[in-house]
Amino acid sequence: MQSQLPIYPEQASNFAPQVDALMIFITGVCVFFAAAITIAIVFFFFKYHRKESTAVGIVTHEDSRLEAVWMIVPLILAMAMFGSGAVVYVDYRNTPHDTLDVYVVGKQWMWKAQQPNGLKEINELHVPVGRNIRLILASEDVIHDFFVPAFRVKMDVVPGHYNTMWFRPTKPGRYHFFCSQYCGTNHALMGGWVTVMEPSDYSAWLSGSSGGSTNPAVAGEKLFAEKACITCHVANGTGPSPSLNGVYGAQVLLADGSTVTAEEAYIRESILQPNAKIVAGYPPLMPTFQGQLTEEQIFALTAYIKSLQSQPVPAKGYGIAPPTGKK
Amino acid sequence: MSNTPLTPDLELPDEHYLNATYGSGIRSWLLTTDHKRIALLYLASVTVFFFIGGVLATMIRIHLLTPGGALVTPETYNKLFTMHGVAMIFFFLIPSIPAVFGNFLIPLMIGAKDLAFPKINLLSWYIYLIGGGFVLYSFSTGGLDTGWTFYTPLSSVYSNSAVTPAVIGIFINGFSSILTGLNFIVTIHTMRAPGMTWFRLPLFAWAHYATSLVMILGTPVVAITLLLAGLERMFHLGFFNPALGGDPILFQHLFWFYSHPAVYIMILPAMGVVSEIIPTFARKPIFGYSFIAGSSIAIAVIGFLVWAHHMFVTGESTYAALTFSFLSYLVAIPSAVKVFNWTSTLYKGSISWDPPMVYALGFIGLFVIGGLTGLFLACLGLDIHIHDTYFVVAHFHYIMVGGAVMGYVGGLHFWWPKITGRLYPKSLSQFAAIILFVGFNLTFFPQFILGYLGMPRRYHTYPPEFQVLNVLSTAGASILALGYLLPMSYLIWSMRYGKVAGPNPWPATGLEWKTDSPPLTENFHVTPEVTWEPYDFQNRPDLGLAAGARPLAPAHGDD
Repeated sequence: MQSQLPIYPEQASNFAPQVDALMIFITGVCVFFAAAITIAIVFFFFKYHRKESTAVGIVTHEDSRLEAVWMIVPLILAMAMFGSGAVVYVDYRNTPHDTLDVYVVGKQWMWKAQQPNGLKEINELHVPVGRNIRLILASEDVIHDFFVPAFRVKMDVVPGHYNTMWFRPTKPGRYHFFCSQYCGTNHALMGGWVTVMEPSDYSAWLSGSSGGSTNPAVAGEKLFAEKACITCHVANGTGPSPSLNGVYGAQVLLADGSTVTAEEAYIRESILQPNAKIVAGYPPLMPTFQGQLTEEQIFALTAYIKSLQSQPVPAKGYGIAPPTGKK
Repeated sequence: MSNTPLTPDLELPDEHYLNATYGSGIRSWLLTTDHKRIALLYLASVTVFFFIGGVLATMIRIHLLTPGGALVTPETYNKLFTMHGVAMIFFFLIPSIPAVFGNFLIPLMIGAKDLAFPKINLLSWYIYLIGGGFVLYSFSTGGLDTGWTFYTPLSSVYSNSAVTPAVIGIFINGFSSILTGLNFIVTIHTMRAPGMTWFRLPLFAWAHYATSLVMILGTPVVAITLLLAGLERMFHLGFFNPALGGDPILFQHLFWFYSHPAVYIMILPAMGVVSEIIPTFARKPIFGYSFIAGSSIAIAVIGFLVWAHHMFVTGESTYAALTFSFLSYLVAIPSAVKVFNWTSTLYKGSISWDPPMVYALGFIGLFVIGGLTGLFLACLGLDIHIHDTYFVVAHFHYIMVGGAVMGYVGGLHFWWPKITGRLYPKSLSQFAAIILFVGFNLTFFPQFILGYLGMPRRYHTYPPEFQVLNVLSTAGASILALGYLLPMSYLIWSMRYGKVAGPNPWPATGLEWKTDSPPLTENFHVTPEVTWEPYDFQNRPDLGLAAGARPLAPAHGDD
């Protein structure tokens, strides 16, 4: 347990020890320099205190070697800080593939999370310990930021963008999360608790409280029909638009010859701004759904498209790039 | 008092810029083109904004005494910190040293009669007043609750406060800054006295030259950015609002392209002040003159290339983040060079403990902490955790208040005898400097810990585990307030009752000290000619010093 006046938050994710190590390294270097400068100033201040009112100091001449030393030594230390920080950051920004995905929507002034089985939570987030968790973040209005101090992670939640963040909880418990990007009147109230559970408890919790929830893929399939997506995106590839079987995670060949990985952000963009990236061999027919779908509905559609990943890909009428494209 | 050279009873000069023949009525002030009087107009007006910002800060600190918030509603709290930021940054810190001391001193320091464009100088003050008027209108009719950063789409769509007049006010005020910068650059290029070569310029002038470059190149960008946010708000033009096809991240790029360099607008002039005070009160040439001058320019140039380090967790590309982190570490080097050179200047000096020196050394202490904690924030992995927490709040207050304001108050003590012709009580002002230093640290150091513990910025209420550190911070703020009220009181007192200073009370080597205190309207009786190197006390018999004959320290290890 923490003492009455802790100086760092609990360490409860894979990133926490790494970030704390950076903190200790940089603090060490900085305390050394701050102490050296302070001691030098205080020492000179008393040692060379003027005793006669007309005295002058002794001229000391500029020395290029000295200047070079105090440019190069701090530069080397600064580069060490840069490098060690970059390693952690690159790790944080590159999500592993085996994640458990939770959708999180921020809106003034609450957080809604949706578990893979469709279970919805408000200002709460339950995750199993030891699993890589990916949060897919969307905002209904202004910019928010999902911040879990005990995990040492945060990420802005930007309207019009999907951001993702990942972490691996290492210790069961309940931890504060905060909105860390100022978002208006009740910004400070826009927080809640992350509950990290043993995997068995997590499974029990999911099945025990999922009574009223709909699997997002099922909800997405219903929407797919309601919004008439199904009319053009025919599964066997005979429609005017590409079949979506197997598209999730694949490389899609575009009309301009480039390829794009069909992940959440691409799917979202294709729904809201269909003409931004046209699949090779298909006319730009699709209307925009900007303003007609909530973020949660987009999540549901994405979940449905994701569930088609294992469906047979039709031989003709697909937009997936030839397998030469590298993953 | 024993450090001040013994002088006979002095009297103020018969004629000076404050009582000049063209009159001392209100009209002679409002229509003046004298850079010194314009500087005093700025001094009065930035003090008003400092006072407004200070009252708002006091309310913030009182409110945060209890976890639930002791004083105001959430809406009001959000307005308090927003208006505190806007008043302090755009209307106090950015104009403070350049528009007050830069205006007053640059012509005096280079031996000119005025700035290159005296009427434009007056115009820039009026523009400042108009911009300030719009902002005060915004404050008094609904207030402003967007944060001083005006992030979209909160500011352009969702806020219910008086955003439009505020962005118009800041847009207008930008021109004041641009014109001041323009005036300084032209003046330094064209109006230097005979013998005042570039490498004899006081480092204060170098710092203002670098600052002016940032003002001229950066200010138009923030002005246009805020105008776009205003247009989006008023006419629903989609620049930043994703619902209208805009991109909120674009706003942040444009905003920080100015607002990061703006930090250098605030700190470079303070560095210039300190570079004047240290050699004067150590009585020896500044160590590494050309490196200090060059580092000002380096900071101004590299400072333009680091803006997206405010955006490491917006989802910007990893490559962009790596680039901006790298460049942010580079900009730390010229700042370090300055600190090392200032410290080396003290070595074998003849150091007096006069109040300006106490302030300048306090500046170095606080600036070192502020600068070093920038290294934490530039570190990509660490910034994920401390971004947008109180760690950031503490860091930039160390730079802007510990650095810029400490430099400003130090400059006020250094040049007050030149500006008013009078001295202030010495022990009281040394005491005030220490109070300021202690109060400042007590206010802001606990916030580093708060931030690392995870307390986000801009919270009107917080979990109870953060209370102890918040109470400490508020306690420090009350000491800090005393540290500002004291100088305000005795400086005003000294205007009438202070001992007459004479032309060069410290004494210092700059040209501004070769004329009367207060100076003539035309600055100099005859155009001075510069035949000495900067901060040279050895070859200046006119200063009345021992001139190297009797050095204080034993001359061993002379290097």
